Amino acid sequence: MISCILKAKTKFLIAFLFAVTVSFGAWAQASDQADIATKGVEPGAVATASDAGAAGDPAVISAGQSLFKNNCAACHSAGGDVVVGPGLQGMSQRHSESWLIKWIRNSQALIQSGDAQAVAVYEQYNKQAMPSFAFSDDEIKSIITYIESGVDAAPAGGTDAAVADGTQPVGDQAIGAIGGYLDIILVVLIVVLIVLVVTLLLISSILKNYLNKNKKLDEYDDEIVNQRFDLSKVYKSSAVRTIVALIFVVVLIDLGLDKMMGIGIQQGYQPRQPIAFSHALHAGEHEINCNYCHTTVYESKSASIPSANICMNCHSQIKTESQEIQKIYRALERNKPIEWVRIHNLPDLAYFNHAQHTQVAGVECQTCHGPIQEMEVVYQYSPLTMGWCIDCHRETPLNTKGNGYYDNLVKLHEASSKGAFTVASNGGTECSKCHY
Amino acid sequence: MQDRIKYWKGIEELENTPEFAKHAHNEFPEFLPLNETPADSKSSQVSAPRRDFLKLLGFGLAAATLASCEAPVRKAIPYLNKPVDVEPGVANWYASTYFSHGDYNSVLIKTREGRPIKIEPNPMSSITPLGTSPRAQGSVLNVYDNNRLRHPLIKGKEAKWEQVDRDITSRLSGINGKVVLVSSTVASPSTKQLIDEFGSRFGSFEHVTYDANSASALLAANGGTIPGYDFSKANIIVSVGADFLGSWIAPTPFAKQYIQNRKITKESAVMSRHYQFETILSLTGANADVRVPIKPSQEAALVAALYNSISGQGGSAPANVDSKAFAAAVRDLNANKGKALVVSGSNDPGVQTMVTALNEALGAGGTTIDTAAPYFVKQGNDAQMLRFIEDMNAGTIGAVFFYNANPAYDHPLADRVASGLTKVGLKVSFAERVDETALLADVVAPDSNYLESWNDYEPKRGFLSLAQPVISPIFKTRQMQDSLLTWSGSTTTYYDYIRNNWRKVASGDFNTFWDKAVHDGVLETGATMLRVNTTANTITAAAAASAAGSRAAGNGIEAVVYEKVQIGPGYEVNNPYLQEAGDPITKSTWGNYVTMPRLMAEEMKVVQGDVLRITTANGKTIEAPALVQPGQAPGTVGLAMGYGRDLESMPVVRGLGANAFPITTVANNAVSYSSVVKIEKTDATSPIAQMQTHHTIMDRLVVQENTLANYQADPKKVTTYIRLTTHDGPVKPATVSLWDDYEYKNHHWGMVIDLNSCIGCGACTLSCNIENNIPVVGKAEVINRREMHWMRIDRYYSAKEHEEKDYAEMEHPADNPSVIFQPMMCQHCNHAPCETVCPVAATMHSSEGINQMAYNRCVGTRYCANNCPYKVRRFNWFAYANNDKFDYNMNNDLGKMVLNPDVVVRSRGVMEKCSFCVQRVQLGKLEAKRENRRPKDGEIVSACAQSCPTDAIIFGDMLDPESRISQVLAKEEGERAFQVLEEINVQPNVTYLTKIRNLA
Repeated sequence: MISCILKAKTKFLIAFLFAVTVSFGAWAQASDQADIATKGVEPGAVATASDAGAAGDPAVISAGQSLFKNNCAACHSAGGDVVVGPGLQGMSQRHSESWLIKWIRNSQALIQSGDAQAVAVYEQYNKQAMPSFAFSDDEIKSIITYIESGVDAAPAGGTDAAVADGTQPVGDQAIGAIGGYLDIILVVLIVVLIVLVVTLLLISSILKNYLNKNKKLDEYDDEIVNQRFDLSKVYKSSAVRTIVALIFVVVLIDLGLDKMMGIGIQQGYQPRQPIAFSHALHAGEHEINCNYCHTTVYESKSASIPSANICMNCHSQIKTESQEIQKIYRALERNKPIEWVRIHNLPDLAYFNHAQHTQVAGVECQTCHGPIQEMEVVYQYSPLTMGWCIDCHRETPLNTKGNGYYDNLVKLHEASSKGAFTVASNGGTECSKCHY
Repeated sequence: MQDRIKYWKGIEELENTPEFAKHAHNEFPEFLPLNETPADSKSSQVSAPRRDFLKLLGFGLAAATLASCEAPVRKAIPYLNKPVDVEPGVANWYASTYFSHGDYNSVLIKTREGRPIKIEPNPMSSITPLGTSPRAQGSVLNVYDNNRLRHPLIKGKEAKWEQVDRDITSRLSGINGKVVLVSSTVASPSTKQLIDEFGSRFGSFEHVTYDANSASALLAANGGTIPGYDFSKANIIVSVGADFLGSWIAPTPFAKQYIQNRKITKESAVMSRHYQFETILSLTGANADVRVPIKPSQEAALVAALYNSISGQGGSAPANVDSKAFAAAVRDLNANKGKALVVSGSNDPGVQTMVTALNEALGAGGTTIDTAAPYFVKQGNDAQMLRFIEDMNAGTIGAVFFYNANPAYDHPLADRVASGLTKVGLKVSFAERVDETALLADVVAPDSNYLESWNDYEPKRGFLSLAQPVISPIFKTRQMQDSLLTWSGSTTTYYDYIRNNWRKVASGDFNTFWDKAVHDGVLETGATMLRVNTTANTITAAAAASAAGSRAAGNGIEAVVYEKVQIGPGYEVNNPYLQEAGDPITKSTWGNYVTMPRLMAEEMKVVQGDVLRITTANGKTIEAPALVQPGQAPGTVGLAMGYGRDLESMPVVRGLGANAFPITTVANNAVSYSSVVKIEKTDATSPIAQMQTHHTIMDRLVVQENTLANYQADPKKVTTYIRLTTHDGPVKPATVSLWDDYEYKNHHWGMVIDLNSCIGCGACTLSCNIENNIPVVGKAEVINRREMHWMRIDRYYSAKEHEEKDYAEMEHPADNPSVIFQPMMCQHCNHAPCETVCPVAATMHSSEGINQMAYNRCVGTRYCANNCPYKVRRFNWFAYANNDKFDYNMNNDLGKMVLNPDVVVRSRGVMEKCSFCVQRVQLGKLEAKRENRRPKDGEIVSACAQSCPTDAIIFGDMLDPESRISQVLAKEEGERAFQVLEEINVQPNVTYLTKIRNLA
């Protein structure tokens, strides 16, 4: 009998411990997720929506901005920081416009002509030659106007145009907001429950005292009023045992299913790449725009891995002695392409288009790819599961601003519904949006 | 009682044969347990249990190890030096030209990451701006054919190009005898000039041109060119055996012209009337308003009678030809002088001379025949070829080159060609694969595919076009023109050669001009470059007419050799897509067969599939299965060319059908495509893989037609609308519904199909197959009724059900039925029956009106297909990709290159169907969003609509009031617009327009 009880006890204890561990684990996981969801974009990255267009025509500025990002941002910041070459802030005070035009068109010619300013700049920045750019005068002027306008002065690389324009990375905030809301409700509930329990205990002890003092109780009633709490009764009760067993089984199944569902999810996948390329250095420290290397990210379904000739734009002159860069030279010499290990593997049955998300929706790269500007070696940040996609589509409002495609739809939506005009409310969770 | 039209899909349905009745009640054939091996292999049953055991074992193991498995490492390999124009994931389009044995199409080629994946029409061309031919659609797969030659051959052994060049130049330098280049029609001005220059180095050189399906007589009767027919200007068209919509001369341009005058609206309710006198039921005959079956031997007499009637000498219908129809044709022709056109497919110079005279008498010159712009797509000269064969046998030929020519297979004197070749010193073939002629050649210098080559074309005088490479040669092939240049000792490339040649027609800055020409693909300034030999006709029409009258009508069974729309003369037969495309009329795939009339079959006690032995006039025998063909002229049989190949280089077509060319004969220096044969039945049977009986309409109102007279009288009465009876009186079925309607805010995609414009060619089906990665299932599986086509062209025969007293019309309905085509694909019902029965919600409705199919959610219950009233859902009975049992293009790395990377390849056990080309819809919307605007009408089109040469299919957004589809629907509502099976209230998004016939 005792052994039986002991067995039951141990069983109960194991079950209890198990349940506690599991729920703790689940809680930890949930908070992890909440963490990820709220994190999304680094605080520093949400940029200064500064006094845009203080000077000059916005069209010229935006033209200059795109030229700058696609051509200059690899080596220059728009602020004062030195990346490879000097930060460009205040360059029109340092140099005349005509000098700048000459310099950008062909800096080497200018240096060789013995121009004092040119030689000084060349010497100052470790004799790094600046490539020549075949821009028209207007194009160069637009770049200067853009630099002078101070739009997006602080970060030029890791963050993106949409952020600079003041558009919030809506998806993450929405997820974060909902997560925080739930937390508050939970805390309130717990507090209310504790207060309830305490109140009930107080009431019961007051009643007991009253009965013991003021009433003459017969034996039977006395037993009920002054009964002692007997733990053994609890775990001897078949109801409790059944419930515990049931919980155990359910938790086991849940865990098993969880594991099974996790098959094929490669979140955190961080393979070794043939060349130790660091995003932290390029996108983080040097703030090179993502689009500079991933050239089709705004146009195509794939963001495209940069071809070796893009590396050569800079590395024909920079860090030529590095072991890793030598690998690129060798690939070019042998005419054998570099075989990167693919990290983000969507199954064939799912169609994903970068252009739709980056250009049309204005989603940040970091929303899905995580803090890429801090990654020495890239890993898969998001689970890339259908649930993950759908969640975002359900909660993210459409980026309809200024897009003629949506004008009428927004009106129709506002007329019929008070909720946010999310991707899902425009059919963004339908099968054939991604499966065909 | 009013005449009722009865529709039937084939003789078996009309006569309700036991086989048909069995299938009709079992619309989903299930051969369970499902054999892994195709139906034609015998030993499948025995091995099944062991395989099942192994499978279970395998599954257990796999399941156990799955959890511990790591995902495979995948590579992402970027370019080293990315070409400027190639953006991964974005399609590039290049203008080019498809020309093959008369079939001319100016095309746009879609490439992805440097590989061609789809052919579309080039809207810049005025000749073929709308659609393409079925063969042009299928041609994109030819470049990925694994059985093309991968290197040159010398005496059958692999050789290097340097060896070939050395060998040929040394042997040519000391050549004795005449040098001859034999080719099919060369419509390329630069190639032609190059051949002449190449030949000028030799003492004696001749460029011999012949066509497998010859138009030699037509050329002879018209001074060496094909008259510039313009069917769009003809109110009356009389065709005597010319299949001008399917295979005769230039079908794609003709189809466009033909339909221009047959699109009718309330405002201009007029259309051309088309008479067709022919032997086999051709695609053109199927579209004719009046069709009269005649024997080939009656053609001359018929044309003579027409000629006599029109030229005022009084003619009457020849014996055994429907005199009523003949009289009506004569009456119409006489009443429409200057607006009439007569064409003939005959290769008899006398007949063609009379046709030319007829057109002159009708005043066709300058109206229905553009005299300034003749066609150059056929230039073959039968007499020249025959003379060359005799020269070979006489031993006077020193060297011969074969370019796009395979006379050892497709010439009536193929045996004489083979024997003659043994007497020729140097035999070179430019064939892309080892064909029958290349087998006999010393050197095979494989030509590159047209997608790998530069070329120029002049299909019609004053209309130039360019072909540009869209992929570098996959194998070690070299385009024929570059070979000729090398062997002439020249170091220029053919590209430079064409460029230089085009300076003749350039205006302004040449580089700008050239870039524009390459970009547009066409140059239609009227400049002309191609020189053709002009000839004088030695026969007069009057003489021909009297000769025709004296010719005795043939006795015995007359056999006709014809060209299939999708197969052509047999140069592109190793293409599984083309093989599995059903013939427009017989709906049969994979092989040829003897088409015979019902009466002959009854007399010979032949049923479909019985193998017949045909003995030709010169004693050769051919064996092929019989197919009872409604509309076939009595006393005649037909056999298609292109089959009966026994070559290792053509595994797709090897062992299929029989070679029809032995039936062709040579008479009066011309090839005749008909001859008298003897036919006997053998004991063997050979099944024909037909798609037509796979579904039945059970006498429901599915397809609608009416007459022009009725339409002119009241357009509101040409279409039958089924109304439901309620206590409020008859109402539209859509008004009585249990379900809520969908609300469409953004787009509502829909399709309108004009049955009056559809000619049934099947280009849309092929286009759909290639766009949507639809697998090829092979002959055995087509017989099992498991073809995967998302889109089919239903072909219905029809005849009026007469009252008994009308004896004159009491002929059997199968003897000369009317034909109507109906493209049928998923109707994207708003109240879709398939959606409600799917247990896993794998098929759902989208907010844009598309019935979506999520393959990865489908578990394969097939409830949806059972519940689909249109029978358009197809089930993947097998894994068709990477499966040796389906050894077609999806089973080899090269063939897979043609797959559309935006569409998933479906796996075994899932249902699939037309998606309204949702990948194109999504892409079109994305393009619009990227440019901050709404999509423009016409930007988003389904593959079928884009490739239709007659503009019969309109795809668009029904919510956009400005779109073409909305306007057509608004206009045709209550007149010609109808939905198939409207009474079951599934509310399709596909609307059809009633066919109108201009009956005589």
